[in-house]
Amino acid sequence: MKRIVGASVVTLAFSMMAAVLVHATLSINGAGATFPYPVYSKWFDEYQKKNSQVQINYQSIGSGGGIKQVTEGTVDFGASDGPMNDEQLKAFQDKHGFGILHFPTVMGAVVPTYNVPGVTSALNFTPDALAGIFLGRITKWNDPAIAGANEGVNLPATEIVVVHRSDGSGTTYCWTDYLSKVSDEWKTKVGKGTSVNWPVGLGGKGNEGVTGQIKNAPNSIGYVELIYSVSNNIPYGNVKNSSRSFIKADLASVSAAAAAVAKTMPDDFRVSITNPPGKSAYPIATFTWLLIPEKFSDAAKRDAIKGFLDWMLVDGQNYAEQLSYAKLPQEVIAKEKNALEKIH
Amino acid sequence: MAATTTVPSASPIAGSRSFLRRLREGDEIARLITFLFAVSTVLVTVLLIIELWQDSALARHKFGLQFFFTRVWDPIAEQFGALPFIYGTLVTATVSLVIAVPLGIGAAIFLAELAPARLSDSLEFFIDLLAAVPSVIYGLLGVFIVVPLMRDYVQPGLKNTLGFLPLFSGTAYGVGFLTAGIVLAIMVIPYIISVSREVLMSVPRDQREAALSLGATRWESTWKVVVPFARTGITGSIFLALARALGETMAVTMVIGNTPTISASLFSPGYSIAAVIANEFTEATGNLYLSALIELGLVLFLLTFLLNGVARLLIVVTSQRGGGTANA
Repeated sequence: MKRIVGASVVTLAFSMMAAVLVHATLSINGAGATFPYPVYSKWFDEYQKKNSQVQINYQSIGSGGGIKQVTEGTVDFGASDGPMNDEQLKAFQDKHGFGILHFPTVMGAVVPTYNVPGVTSALNFTPDALAGIFLGRITKWNDPAIAGANEGVNLPATEIVVVHRSDGSGTTYCWTDYLSKVSDEWKTKVGKGTSVNWPVGLGGKGNEGVTGQIKNAPNSIGYVELIYSVSNNIPYGNVKNSSRSFIKADLASVSAAAAAVAKTMPDDFRVSITNPPGKSAYPIATFTWLLIPEKFSDAAKRDAIKGFLDWMLVDGQNYAEQLSYAKLPQEVIAKEKNALEKIH
Repeated sequence: MAATTTVPSASPIAGSRSFLRRLREGDEIARLITFLFAVSTVLVTVLLIIELWQDSALARHKFGLQFFFTRVWDPIAEQFGALPFIYGTLVTATVSLVIAVPLGIGAAIFLAELAPARLSDSLEFFIDLLAAVPSVIYGLLGVFIVVPLMRDYVQPGLKNTLGFLPLFSGTAYGVGFLTAGIVLAIMVIPYIISVSREVLMSVPRDQREAALSLGATRWESTWKVVVPFARTGITGSIFLALARALGETMAVTMVIGNTPTISASLFSPGYSIAAVIANEFTEATGNLYLSALIELGLVLFLLTFLLNGVARLLIVVTSQRGGGTANA
């Protein structure tokens, strides 16, 4: 017994020493979106290798949680797939007496993915077809709205099984934001948000839940982030953009979508890039943002965060594409560098 | 204490008295500590209720009692109603008990009364193992095995034979109330077996011997004497299973379809209270939205509370009607 007590005292002492050693480095905490988590964890890891005194911890608890925690001041920065709305910005301002800034980091695409037995080629989807399917108006795969854009493809007369995300998600935000822009009926009936009142369909938890449902259920259609469709080897469709061409989602077409809005980027970076102009732009894409408070009481922390953002905008961008995220356009990077001055 | 040490020649009575007092003081300390432990569980429950009550204020004031009867759950329009979730929770729990109770009690009777002791003990080991499997594993089992089986065989089969009943109509998606109920049944059966077996085995030997000596067969003594004697304990095991079924989150959300619908068909996708909280809590950005989710938590708490109360009542009533007072 005594020996056990002795051993645990020693262990305790060691762990306390370890804790002290960890505290010698500057620890910065963030929380938020799950969608960019792979590239964020890569960035924080790489950045720490270069700046061993700064350690950035990130918890991917979801965009809503990120906004909530940064507003309450329990983390140093937040992250979100959808920009904060005016009400949320006001809540932050009221609580802290200063504002919060949005910094776009990378971009991603959301794709319609499906499992239709007998169909091997990539299907073309018009905005009307997608809105109709997810509103429950189009119920059969051989509906003229789908078949019209897919001449030569033998679509079955089977019922469409719609699959959507059941958990609140930035992916859903991007998808419903797009549908709201292309369909007035969607806009009035459903709207856009991280969770919506779905007119039809089954809910799957997470991107993997949706891909799982689609793989399992014949005649199903859903939406996932591009990378999940690619890595799970399930087909995804081309979507007709505002210039009336059917575009396949890839890094180039997502970058094209961002480039289309880069010149008109508002100063607070809160912009949606769904359904953009541009011939080669893929229409269902989004920025993802870091949410950084304007003021830090701790100067060391402030400098560390600014240092990280500066690195992220230059060197960090090179890690994006290997993880299937699209890089930021140069115009946006330049604009963000200027915005760094606002942090003080 | 000081007195006894400074006066070593004092009578042994004084020493033993102070020893007694010390012991008594020890008793007091033990009593206080254990009392605090006991109170802390009550305290946690009370804090939980207060917290849920306070944080759901926004939704309670906005929707009032309508919350229980509204079928819409629309985060964009900020319209929230609990009815489809309450329905889904009750339906899946009921389906699971309908399957698990006969199976579980049957297995418990076999293990306690009919199986050889060695077989019974080794099977019990596996059953206890099943009870310790994390629920996400049962969820995966559901997604990869139960859902395809349901979609391709069970649901079409039920539709062809019993399709005239509204219970078994509609499209077979594989996921839905029935599938969730079956997965829950698989999860709660070990609880029913394990507790019921213990209770059955603790029925006094003379009860069985008396029945047998009166000319009852083995089965008659089991079914008419031993099982009624253990009824209270068996009921307890069922309500333990019910509580687990009501609150299960992960496994249910993986197979229920996550759509807030109220449908007579068990094939229809549905939603449960615990599942919607787990799914939407992290991304609930609006205050009213968050508050509505917390109120759902309160509803689940009330539901569990209510059903527990009914269970207690049932036990009181059935044990008054005769039957034993087996240790439950």
